[in-house]
Amino acid sequence: MSTRKVYLDHNATTPLHPEVKKKMKEAMDVYGNPSSMHNFGRQARKYIEEAREEVASFINADRDEIVFVGSGSEANNTVLSLINCPWRACNMDSFDRPEIITSEIEHPCIRETAKCIDDSAAKVHYIPVKSNGKIDIEALKEKLSENTLIVSIMMANNEIGTIQDIKEISEIVHQYDTLFHTDAVQAVGKIPVDVKELNVDFLSMSAHKVYGPKGVGGLYIKDGTPFCPLIRGGHQEQGRRAGTENTIGIAGFGKAIEMRKKEMEEEEERLLVLKKKLKAGLKNRIDQLKFIGHEEDCLPGTLNVSFPGIEGESILLYLDMQGVAVSTGSACASGSLDPSHVILATGLAEEYTHGSIRISMGRRTTEEDIEYTLDAFEQTINKLKQMTTYTDGIRS
Amino acid sequence: MNENDWVYTEKVQDHFMNPRNILEDINEYDFDGKGMTGNLQCGDEMLFVIKVDQDKNVITDCKWKTFGCASAIASTSKLSEMAIGMSPEEAYDLGPNQIIKALDGLPDRKIHCSVLGDKALRAAIDDYWKRNGMEDKIPKDKKKVVCNCMNVTNHDIEEAVLHGARDFEELQEHTKLGTVCGECKPEATRMLEEYIEKHFSNDS
Repeated sequence: MSTRKVYLDHNATTPLHPEVKKKMKEAMDVYGNPSSMHNFGRQARKYIEEAREEVASFINADRDEIVFVGSGSEANNTVLSLINCPWRACNMDSFDRPEIITSEIEHPCIRETAKCIDDSAAKVHYIPVKSNGKIDIEALKEKLSENTLIVSIMMANNEIGTIQDIKEISEIVHQYDTLFHTDAVQAVGKIPVDVKELNVDFLSMSAHKVYGPKGVGGLYIKDGTPFCPLIRGGHQEQGRRAGTENTIGIAGFGKAIEMRKKEMEEEEERLLVLKKKLKAGLKNRIDQLKFIGHEEDCLPGTLNVSFPGIEGESILLYLDMQGVAVSTGSACASGSLDPSHVILATGLAEEYTHGSIRISMGRRTTEEDIEYTLDAFEQTINKLKQMTTYTDGIRS
Repeated sequence: MNENDWVYTEKVQDHFMNPRNILEDINEYDFDGKGMTGNLQCGDEMLFVIKVDQDKNVITDCKWKTFGCASAIASTSKLSEMAIGMSPEEAYDLGPNQIIKALDGLPDRKIHCSVLGDKALRAAIDDYWKRNGMEDKIPKDKKKVVCNCMNVTNHDIEEAVLHGARDFEELQEHTKLGTVCGECKPEATRMLEEYIEKHFSNDS
């Protein structure tokens, strides 16, 4: 067993920022219900509204446009569930506009919800992506019409890091008075996000991807946009999300965003240097590999690489034995029989589809970590190469 | 649950980390039989090569290569150990259950997709018999894997027909065959028709 531990799975989740931890500890003593009018309640309310201010200003939104929810997945579910809304309180009669559009590389929480909708309320169109992970804009234009109620395209992909041209997409979408949602769970806190510039109607966020706690998400709802809550039965969050607020978690989210304002820019530059080193090192040491995702428009800390004829779960487990934590899009590790839908959507050659590894770095990743990781990769791939059937002479 | 606990047993870990009998270079290995199963698209592919002492009728050595996950590697490695010293006939009867038992178990979801080594070994034994004029030893109605991805055999197809499958979709419902890469569809469709013909023609 190795002694060194290198965590390169920041797109899965991140450790709490020390300042976030401090803030959350402080909030633990604040037990009032934020909805209560008395002093105890007002104390808790203060934590939540401060956090709202932080989150809103970070993405250039107004305070009232931010709703705290239980996760990024909840934020995404809330938006797509508008189509299923049986109450019609939101005035969004899906039968006036019976179609929605999303992409082939969305997070499962969008895909699965879309699938539910496809079975019941509306027709769903899935837009393909190019090999670099960018949405096929022409295909989007083709499917878009007066029948489209909502378009949901993620801002940055969790597996390959590709960043979409959201501003361009939202402009196209709005030509039809169609609502536009972007899942920005992997983007907010990693790259600059300005909701006014992007002109989106809905935007989903998550705290734990940027050194905040698990179990807290945020949804931006542009002022004046039709909306219906997913969780009903309370006036919390201006009636847009029932349930007593998670004061501790929301306070942590606010602090995490406050720290992002201070650290994000510098970190972005640092991560880009590390990624360059990682890429060059892998290329030097391993003769057959492919990087997946867009060369420039990619999350600074994310690198997806695939090795032909070598299976991702095997790579992950060998690296784990050496203390290096990564993730894979291989079928075996996911528990399904198909490799990741994102990897398949990029149209990779079959010998590469089962061997993709996602390396996602973060604020504590160092140059030494990368050196160590390169050694671990070299050993791992060499060992697995001896075993694979993807070898000369086998098929003759 | 301990942080050092794997999803796999210690024996699986051991064979994954220290695989036995890997084939290094096929050009330098003088084998008597060679067999392969699976494909790259499915995510699992195995090759077995065997050496047989014909006089004693014993597998004296076997080597393998595997493209696949930890359980695929471990199960092939374990099988190679089990086969050495057996007669080809004995080795022919080794199946997933014995391999899984020898590894102290595998997660359920891994069994169908990753334990394919026995099919590759059987193909290698068939190949050995063919090369040495013993085709008659190859079982006539032997189990043949049709769908590599889901490990569905001709016997499974026959059983599905007996249970009411009459077209490809119904066959898929019964067996999950062809739900991954779909490569087996033509062969499976042909077999489906054959078994329907065999059991249900001239019924009226």
